[in-house]
Amino acid sequence: MIEFDQATCDSRLKSTTLTLSEHRIGVIGLNGSGKSTLARMINGLIEPDSGQVRVNGLDTQRQGRQVRRKVGFLFTDPGAQLVMPTVIEDISLSLRHRYQNKKERHAAAIAALERFDLVDLAERSVHQLSGGQRQLVALISVLAAEPEIIVADEPTTLLDLRNARLVGDVLFSLEQQLVLITHDLELVERSERVLIITDGVVTFDGDPFKAVRQYRASI
Amino acid sequence: MSQLSLLGLYRPDSTFLHRTRPGPKLLALFVLSLAVVLIREAWFSITALALVLGLVQFSRMSWLALWRSLRMLLIILGFLAAYHAWQNGLWHAIAVVIGILALIIAAAVLTATTAVDDLLDTIVCGLGPFRRIGVNPEAVALSFSLLLRFIPDVAERAYETRDAARARGLDRDLRAYLTPLTIRVVARAQLIGEALYARGVGETLHAKGVEDNEKAEST
Repeated sequence: MIEFDQATCDSRLKSTTLTLSEHRIGVIGLNGSGKSTLARMINGLIEPDSGQVRVNGLDTQRQGRQVRRKVGFLFTDPGAQLVMPTVIEDISLSLRHRYQNKKERHAAAIAALERFDLVDLAERSVHQLSGGQRQLVALISVLAAEPEIIVADEPTTLLDLRNARLVGDVLFSLEQQLVLITHDLELVERSERVLIITDGVVTFDGDPFKAVRQYRASI
Repeated sequence: MSQLSLLGLYRPDSTFLHRTRPGPKLLALFVLSLAVVLIREAWFSITALALVLGLVQFSRMSWLALWRSLRMLLIILGFLAAYHAWQNGLWHAIAVVIGILALIIAAAVLTATTAVDDLLDTIVCGLGPFRRIGVNPEAVALSFSLLLRFIPDVAERAYETRDAARARGLDRDLRAYLTPLTIRVVARAQLIGEALYARGVGETLHAKGVEDNEKAEST
């Protein structure tokens, strides 16, 4: 459960009060509308200037660390998110605090790859991956930390159609609560609730199909 | 893959060098560096180079990959050699430049035969005793791995920027190259910092600043 309680962030997000408890939530809006700001406020990457953001009861300002353990964040560009030279090392990094023992950590990282049939990529350099593979590996790294909520900031924007579908399917197959910021209107229709953000204000909140229709009409 | 891949050379294999722990390899590299610097004789540098080239063959490294990553450096070493030959004589130039070349290749052999994760563990282990005087070994190890991961990334951005400048016919304008490159690299660094923060990487290392911050805020 994600709660915005009159949360503001200078001019990027005006006072917003929301309770996000649905399993699949979509966020759409033009470039610069404040979507990414909203997304980053959920895991405390951006803290509210006034008001509060709470995730499962934890305040993102005072308990930022615990919040970030619960919220996995998937960036648009997986190249920036993958910080280790090889795939297995990057996934191991997410597992570092849970498994002190290197063998156990390695086994857990392999298991995480197995879940998505990507064990072949384990020793691959992150430079050698295709865009789709990179985003999947980034997602696996995020999932390895066992978050309760996934926030994905335009995860399919840089991908071709096939990979965009693949990453979308994977995201919607997860058990975690998902907050998906996207320009992919087809994908966002698969959520249960969609927010439209315009100039830092939530201007629509409700049924995905209605949201997409209204969004198209507004442009 | 990027052209500057000196640091992305790691290839899993099972040669003796791959199986040797990173500790002894680092120590050997350290001793060799010290010897080359202290002895500074042409015969020694040439012997060192021959030895190191033997190691390249022995570790089944890709000669092509090595050549590609050294190409640019060879030009710089060429200038350095010319300068030393002019200032201090041919033998001194050979001693210095061949010595540097041998050390660079030795370092390449180390990275080609050592997984970064192993290297990190070794650094963490080696820095353990310094914990008492306030050194955080995990943070040091992480900075090393980030360095290794993102040097090729910066190089990629450099090529990208050069191409962009060329496409606009500005290939001789240093400002049209360096200004956007600097901005891009800094922007990239910010994004990577954000990603690290989102993944809680700095925090699992008990990044002091963040903890203090949270304490201050919660009181």
